[in-house]
Amino acid sequence: EDISSSSNGPKAEPMLLDHDPDDLFAEATEEVSLDSPERQMILSDGPSPAITPVTINPRADVFDRSPDQDEDEEENRDTFDIQISVSDPEKVGDGMNAYMAYKVTTKTSLSIFSRDEVCVKRRFSDFLGLHSKLASKYMHIGYIVPPAPEKSIVGQRLGRRSSAVTELDPDAKACLCCRYLLRTVKQPALLKDPDVLQFLESSELPRAVSTQALSGAGILRMVNKAADAVNKMTIKMNESDAWFEEKQQQFENLDVQLRKLHASVESLVFHRKELSVNTASFAKSAAMLGNSEDHTALSRALSQLAEVEEKIDQLHQDQACADFYLISELLGDYVRLITAVKGVFDQRMKTWAKCQDAQVMLQRKREAEAKLQHANKPDKLQQAKDEIREWEGKVQQGERDFEQISKNIRREVGRFEKDRVKDFRVVIIKYLESLVHTQQQLIKYWEAFLPEAKAIA
Amino acid sequence: VQFGAFQHSCSNKIYLLLVRSVSVDLNNDASLVIDIPDALCERDKVKFTVHTKTTLSSFQKPEFSVPRQHEEFIWLHDTIVETEEYAGLIIPPAPPKPDFEGPREKMHKLGEGESSMTKEEYAKMKQELEAEYLAVFKKTVQVHEVFLQRFSSHPIFRKDRNFQIFLEYDQDLSVRRKNAKEMFGGFFKNMVKSADEVLISGVKEVDEFFEQEKTFLLDYSSKIKDATAKAEKMTRSHKNVADDYNHISGALNSTAADNNTAFKKHLEKYAEVFEKLRKLEDRVASDQELKLTELLRYYTRDIQAAKDLLYRRARALADNENSNKALDKARLKGKDIAQAEENQKQCLQKFDKLSESGKKELTSFKARRVVAFRKNLIEMTELEIKHAKVRRLKCCVYHYMFTRQCSGSHGKPGNLREF
Repeated sequence: EDISSSSNGPKAEPMLLDHDPDDLFAEATEEVSLDSPERQMILSDGPSPAITPVTINPRADVFDRSPDQDEDEEENRDTFDIQISVSDPEKVGDGMNAYMAYKVTTKTSLSIFSRDEVCVKRRFSDFLGLHSKLASKYMHIGYIVPPAPEKSIVGQRLGRRSSAVTELDPDAKACLCCRYLLRTVKQPALLKDPDVLQFLESSELPRAVSTQALSGAGILRMVNKAADAVNKMTIKMNESDAWFEEKQQQFENLDVQLRKLHASVESLVFHRKELSVNTASFAKSAAMLGNSEDHTALSRALSQLAEVEEKIDQLHQDQACADFYLISELLGDYVRLITAVKGVFDQRMKTWAKCQDAQVMLQRKREAEAKLQHANKPDKLQQAKDEIREWEGKVQQGERDFEQISKNIRREVGRFEKDRVKDFRVVIIKYLESLVHTQQQLIKYWEAFLPEAKAIA
Repeated sequence: VQFGAFQHSCSNKIYLLLVRSVSVDLNNDASLVIDIPDALCERDKVKFTVHTKTTLSSFQKPEFSVPRQHEEFIWLHDTIVETEEYAGLIIPPAPPKPDFEGPREKMHKLGEGESSMTKEEYAKMKQELEAEYLAVFKKTVQVHEVFLQRFSSHPIFRKDRNFQIFLEYDQDLSVRRKNAKEMFGGFFKNMVKSADEVLISGVKEVDEFFEQEKTFLLDYSSKIKDATAKAEKMTRSHKNVADDYNHISGALNSTAADNNTAFKKHLEKYAEVFEKLRKLEDRVASDQELKLTELLRYYTRDIQAAKDLLYRRARALADNENSNKALDKARLKGKDIAQAEENQKQCLQKFDKLSESGKKELTSFKARRVVAFRKNLIEMTELEIKHAKVRRLKCCVYHYMFTRQCSGSHGKPGNLREF
C-alpha cells in the first residue's frame, strides 16, 4: 500500500509494512533504520509528550474527553469539554451493610454545570440507578443508552475453560464506571438530562430502590422483553427501509464477531499472565543453576540472567494489565453496547407494532360505527364517532412516534459508528504506546546484561 | 549467522531446507571439518547430508558427502559407547529423534479444514506451518551437526574407524545397524539405571578431584534439568501469546469482512498490527528456544554423559578393590595366586587409565561448557535486543500512522489512502 506522496512519511514505512511472504528470515536480514524520523518523534530519553505515562493506571480514565480534534463536529459538540474520573474505592460501613464508595470527579467548562470542578461519592448501585432511569426515559425513543456497568463478568474462554463468573476488583470496577459515565455524557441528549447532572453534581443522591431490578441483568431482561415482543409479532414488519434491514443484519454479525474477538483477547491476557509466571519460575531456576555452577564468571552471568528474567516477568505483568485494561475492556464495553443498539432496533419494531395495532383498532372502530349507522342508536353512534377520533389520534401519534424513533436511530447509529472508529483508534494508540514502553525496557535490560555475558571468560 | 531458503511442493509434502550454521568452538581445526549443509524431510524420515572436508590421509577423498538418517547417528553413538577403550572419555550424547509431531498435526488440520477456509486463511496457515517445520528443522540439524563435530574435534574420537565409516561409506549403514541395536539395547538400559546409584552410594573416593566432580555433577545435573523444564514452559507461553495474536488478527479480519463502513479499513489495519506482533513474538519464541532451551537441553544430556564417565570409573574402582580383596584371599588360601595377581594388575591399569583420561575429559568439558554458554547467552541477548528494537520501531510506525489520522476526518475514502 502506497504512502501518498503528499505525506512526509518516513521512507522506512513501505518496507516495514510490506508483507514478506517469501522472506521467512526478514528480521535477520532487513536493514532496520533505527534513526528514522518517526522514532525520534516519539522516543526520547525522558517521558515524551506523545506517550502517556508508563504504567497503566486503572483509575485514570482511558478515554480522555479533552477538546475534540474533529473537524466536522456536530454543533453541540463545539464546546465539549468534560473530564470525569472515578477513583479511590473506599469501603464504607461494616458487616452486612458495607459497600464500596467511589469518588467521582467532574472537571468541566460547560455552562450547564454549576461548578468547574465537583467531587461526589457514589456507590455502585447509584450507577445502576442512573442507568435504569435513563433507559426508561430514552430507550423507547431510539437513543442508544450506554449499558450499565456490570458487577461481575462472565468470561468466555476459547473453549479451554468453562465460563467463570469473576467478581471484578474495585479498580477494574472504577474503570468500568468511569467509562460508563464518559459514554453517557458523550451523548448530547443525556448530557443535558437532569438525572445525569444530579448524579454528577449533588452531594446526596436518593438511594436506588431495588438494585436487583436495576442490575445489568435486570435491564437485559427488559431488553429481552422487547425482543420477545418483536418475536411474538403476528404480522412481521414490512421493512420498507433497506437501511434498517441492512444495519440490523450488520449489528447481528458484529455482535458475534466482537464476542469472538473478546474471547481471543481474554485468552491473550491469560497467556500473558502465564508467561509472567513461567518467566519468574525460570528466573528462580536460573539462579539455582548459577549457584551450582562452579565456574565463577559463568556463575555470575547466570545469576544476572536470573535477575534480568525477574525484571522481564514484571514487564509481562504490566503488559498483561495493558492487554486487559485497554483492549479486553474496550471489547467488553462494545459487546454490551451492541446489545443496547440491538435493543433500540427492537424498540422501533415494538413502536411499529403499536402503530399497527392502533390502525387495526381504528379499522374495527370504523366498522363498528358503520354497523351502528344502520342501528339507530344515536348515543352509541356518538360514542363510536368519539372512539374513532380517539384512535385516529392514536394512529397519528403512532406514526409520528415511528418516524421519530426511526430518525433518532439513524442519527444514533451514525454517531455510534463514528464514535467506535475513534474509540478503537484511541485504544490501539495507547496499546501501541504500552508496547513501545515494554520494548524500551526490554532493550534496556538486555543491553545491560550483554557485557555480563561477554565477560564470561 | 543463519540464513535459509525454503521450498516445498504441497502435493507430495516434501520440504527442503538449507541451513548453514557456524559453530565457533567445534570447527576450528581445518584438518577435519564436518557440517550438515542441508536436510530433506520426506514424511517421517529426515535425511541429513553429512559433508566432510579433510586433509587427513586416512580418508579416501579430501571432500565428500553422504546422506544419513537419524538411526545411523544412533548406530554411531552406540558403537562408540560399546568401545571399551573409550570408557575413560565423555561420549558425546546421542541427538534426540527429530520431532515433527507438532507441525504434522497442524498439516493434518490444514488438510482437513481446507474446504472450510478462505483462500487467505489457508495461505496464512500454510505459511505458519512452513515456519514451524523450519523451526523444528533448525533444531534437529543443529543438534545432529554438533554431535558429529564433537567427534571431529576430539583427538581420539576423530581417529575412530567407525566414525570414519559413518562419514565416508556411501551406502546405507542399515546392515550393521540391526546387529548393533540388538547388542546395545540391554547394556544401555542397565548402565543408565544403576549409574547414579553407584555414584551416590559410593565407593570410597581417594581422589579429591573426582570427589569434587561427583558432588558438582550430581547437583548441577538436577539443577540443569529443572532449568530446562522451566525454559521449555517459558518458550511455550511465548508461543501461546503468539497464537493469541494470530486469533485476534483473524477475528479482526472477519469483523472487517462483514463491515462496509469506514470502520472496515481501520479494522484491517489493526489486524495487520496484530499479525506483525504475532510474527515477532514467534521469532522471539523460536530464537529463545534455539539459544536458551536447546542449550540447556544439550547440556543436560552432556552432564549425563559426564556422569556416565564417573560411573564407569567408579565401577572400575569397585572392580579394583574387589580384585585386591580377591588377591588377598588367594594369597591366604595359597590357590590361584598368579591369576589373582594378573587380574589385580589389569584392574588397576584400567582404573588408572580411566582416572587419567577422565580428569582430562572433565576439565575440557568444563571449558567447553563455559564457551558454549557464553556463545549462546551472547547470541540470545543480541537477538532479544534486535527483536525488541524491531518491535519498538514497528509499533512506533503504526503509532505515528494512527495518530496522524486524528487531525483528519473520518470516513472519507481519500484520507484512508494515507494508510
